[in-house]
Order: sequence, then structure tokens, then C-alpha cells
Amino acid sequence: MIRLNGVCKSFGNLEVLRDIDLHVAEGEKITIIGPSGSGKSTLIRCINALERPTTGEIFLNGEPLLASNHTQMVRMYCAMVFQQFNLYPHLTALQNITLAPVKLQKKGRAEAEEIAWHYLDVVGLREKAHVYPSTLSGGQQQRIAIARALATRQKILLFDEPTSALDPEMVQEVLDVMIRLSQEFITMIVVTHEMGFAKQVADRVIFLDNGVLVEEAPPGEFFANPKNERTRAFLSKILH
Amino acid sequence: MGGPFSFRRWARLFADYSIFLEGMGITLLVAAAALGLALVLGIIFGLFSTSSLRPLRSLSRVYVEFFQNTPLVIQIFFIYNALPYVGIRMPELLIGVLGVGVYHGAYVAEVVRAGITSIPRGQWDAARSQGFSYVQAMRHIILPQTITIVLPPLGNQAVNLIKNTSILALIAGGDLMYRADSWAANGTLSYGPAYAVTGVLYFLMCFPLVKWVRKHELRIKNRDARAPADIPPAEKAGA
Ligand SMILES: Nc1ncnc2c1ncn2[C@@H]1O[C@H](COP(=O)(O)OP(=O)(O)OP(=O)(O)O)[C@@H](O)[C@H]1O
Ligand SMILES: [Mg+2]
Repeated sequence: MIRLNGVCKSFGNLEVLRDIDLHVAEGEKITIIGPSGSGKSTLIRCINALERPTTGEIFLNGEPLLASNHTQMVRMYCAMVFQQFNLYPHLTALQNITLAPVKLQKKGRAEAEEIAWHYLDVVGLREKAHVYPSTLSGGQQQRIAIARALATRQKILLFDEPTSALDPEMVQEVLDVMIRLSQEFITMIVVTHEMGFAKQVADRVIFLDNGVLVEEAPPGEFFANPKNERTRAFLSKILH
Repeated sequence: MGGPFSFRRWARLFADYSIFLEGMGITLLVAAAALGLALVLGIIFGLFSTSSLRPLRSLSRVYVEFFQNTPLVIQIFFIYNALPYVGIRMPELLIGVLGVGVYHGAYVAEVVRAGITSIPRGQWDAARSQGFSYVQAMRHIILPQTITIVLPPLGNQAVNLIKNTSILALIAGGDLMYRADSWAANGTLSYGPAYAVTGVLYFLMCFPLVKWVRKHELRIKNRDARAPADIPPAEKAGA
């Protein structure tokens, strides 16, 4: 579903991603962990074309992601959930969810709203449909953002630290939604510091350090006996 | 004889009130047309200045800096006195519309630019991550948020623009200021009442606009508190 071949990304002189090779099968759940500044956000921003790799190729569903087609490709395959939610503040929750289906997927308003109500139920926020984002708590905003991402029914869902901007008591409500999602046949890539979530949901855990993909393994193996020295050092820091 | 505000001078003014009303009509007409022009230019150059294409940004910069850093009166006199030498002759009112419109267009461009760049980067990220193109993101996500931000400064621009149309008095433009001035100068010498009434008339044109801007600002602030509308019953679980 997603393939990265030798992806490098630099901002000026700063090399942020170094020769990343990655293959994610359809329906797979991947979590990416790594220290701050290691390039995790940049990696998933490359996958949905918010950044362009300096060199290397990215394929979605076998098709190359190019400067000429990326808007179409993203529209067809990807949806993303951000650390800062990024809801559209001038639209109600319901309108946030229906905007892309109506304007990009050319669905009728009635059909788009029907889908929106469904996903509002999935995230448990039906009663908040007509309020503006600024009146919602962080956790509620993030659940609306997830509903917005789901409503376009893409095959690939990208999450960039969806719980790290939340107050501790709201983290679980968002994780619960994501755990429920992981039972569906959606390809998910989740950048997170929630090791519990990674253990429970991921098919594979990827460790990124200083722009290098250091280690990838199923969570059991990854957490029980990491092969790489740097992985071990990182895990011992965050698990204790 | 009495002072500059003697009863006799006021009486003359009220006998000739239609001159003032006509002048006010002309001023409103010029202001409306110039505002339209300023908005069109301001939006175009404001968009240019946030474009990723360097030539467009430079073009916008030159336009804005040129008109912000030269006096309006030079621009008006240039069109009125200099352009006829190259065969371009325009009626005074058109000069007013062009001069004032282009001048304020530069300020509107700055307002639009500031509005667009004040939208957080995350809004662009969200829009692009959903597959909105640049133009679609601008239209559905960025500009609607920009409008609420720029309306108050645009209102202020409109007020300045109305006042600045009085520059037409310098080229015999037939606007309110010109009518008042020439009415007083030609025989009546009632400058005091003429300028006082003219000031009141300008105030009447500008103040409602200021009021409207303030009300609009409040409305935006209160928008978030709007009451929720109908919510259909939940669908059956397990959908
Ligand atoms: N647009 C940009 N321009 C310049 N440098 C950037 C840009 N975006 C990211 N960087 C730099 O690239 C490096 C990697 O950033 P990135 O956001 O991908 O890290 P991260 O692993 O997501 O970190 P965090 O855990 O803090 O979110 C950082 O040093 C960052 O400063
Ligand atoms: Mg990050």
C-alpha cells in the first residue's frame, strides 16, 4: 500500500531523513517512535505530500507520488490527524467533517451528512455536531478531527502524535477511538509516545533516530529484546 | 456684520443646502467606486504577496511600497496636470476614483496579506492533507477565516478613503469639499458655517461605517456561543 525507496529529506543543510526504505501492506498498523527531532513528523508528512522528499521515491497503492499528481493522490488515498487537531475554526464540527466529501468527493450534502453522523457516532460526539471547535475540549476536538479524517473513507490514515497535545485525562478517550479503528482494515501509521497503544495495536513498531530507520519489529519482539543499542537506550529512557 | 458664525451666514447656507447635498452625493459616488477598485486591487495584490511565485510577490511589493510612500496629492496632480501632456485627459471624477482607489488598494493589499498570513500553518496542512488544491484551500478554508479578520481594518480603510476623496477639491472635482469651499469663496464668504456643516456631513458618512465595523467584531466574538440546532437520534449501534 505504501512503499518508500531511499527517501532522503533535507531542510537546507539539515539532513532530517536519511535513506528511508519502508514497505507497509494494506491494512497494516505501524507505529513510529523516536526521540524529538528524529524526523518522525517529516516522514509521515512526506507520505501525504505535505513535504517533498529531496531524493527517493514514494508509492501509494503502486502509483508514484509526483509533484504533478500529489493533490490527486492524497485526495484518493490519505487522511491525516495532527497533534494540534487543526480543525477549521470557522466551521461547525459537522461542517468540518462534510467539507471534503462535498467539495472534493462531490457527494451530495445529504449523503455527506449521513456519513458525518455515522462517524460522529463512531467518535461518540453526536451531540456536538453543531458547535464550533473553540467550544470543545482538546480531546473532543481530536475526536472530531478523527471523524473528519474517517469521513473521506481513505485507505491510509496517518496520525502525528495525536495525544501529545492533550491533558492527561483526555488521552484515553482518543486512544480508545483509535484502538476501535484498528480493528478495521485500514492502513494506519501512528507516530506516538504511547507505548501501551503501540504494544496493543501495532503490527510493527519502527524506531527512528536522527533521520535513520534504526529498527523495525513486531511489538512483542521490539519491546522484549530490541536488537539495536540505540533502541535499547531510548526504550530504557522512556519506559522508566 | 458679525463673526464667522453669524446668523446671516447660517441663513445663506440653509438657503443653498442643495449644493451641499449634491456635493455629498458626488463624494459618495466617488468613494463607492474607489472602494470597489481598492478592494479588487487589494485582493489581487494581497494574494500575489502570499504567492509562492517570486515575480508576483515582487510586483505586489513594488505596488504597495510605491503608493504607500508617496503622497496621494502628488498622484492626483500627476494624473490631472502631467498626463494631459501625453494626451491622457480624464474627467475629474474619474481621476478621483482612479487616484484614491489605486492609493487605497495598496493599503487593502497589506490588510489582505496580513490576514492571510495570520492563518496558522496548520490550516494549510489540514487542507492540503485532505487533498484541497491551493486554490480550493484558499477559497474554502483560508479566505473565509481571513475575511472575519480583515473586516475591521477594511472598515477603517473605507473611512479613510471617504475622507481622502476630499482631495478632489484641489482639482475642482465637484465633490462635497469642493462645493462647500467654492460656495463660501464665491461671494458669501461664509467659511465658518460651510466647513462646519461639511464636517458634519463627512461625519454622517463615516460614523455609521465605524459603528458597523464594531458591531461586526462583536458578532464574530459571539459566534462561538451560538446555540446548537437540531440533532437527529443516534443510529443503531454496530453500524
Ligand atoms: N519546515 C522545516 N524547515 C526547517 N527545518 C525543519 C522543518 N520541519 C522540520 N524541521 C527540522 O527537522 C527536524 C526533524 O523534525 P520533525 O518534526 O520531523 O521531528 P519529530 O521526530 O517529529 O520531532 P517531535 O517528536 O519533536 O515532533 C528537526 O530538527 C526540525 O527542526
Ligand atoms: Mg513531530
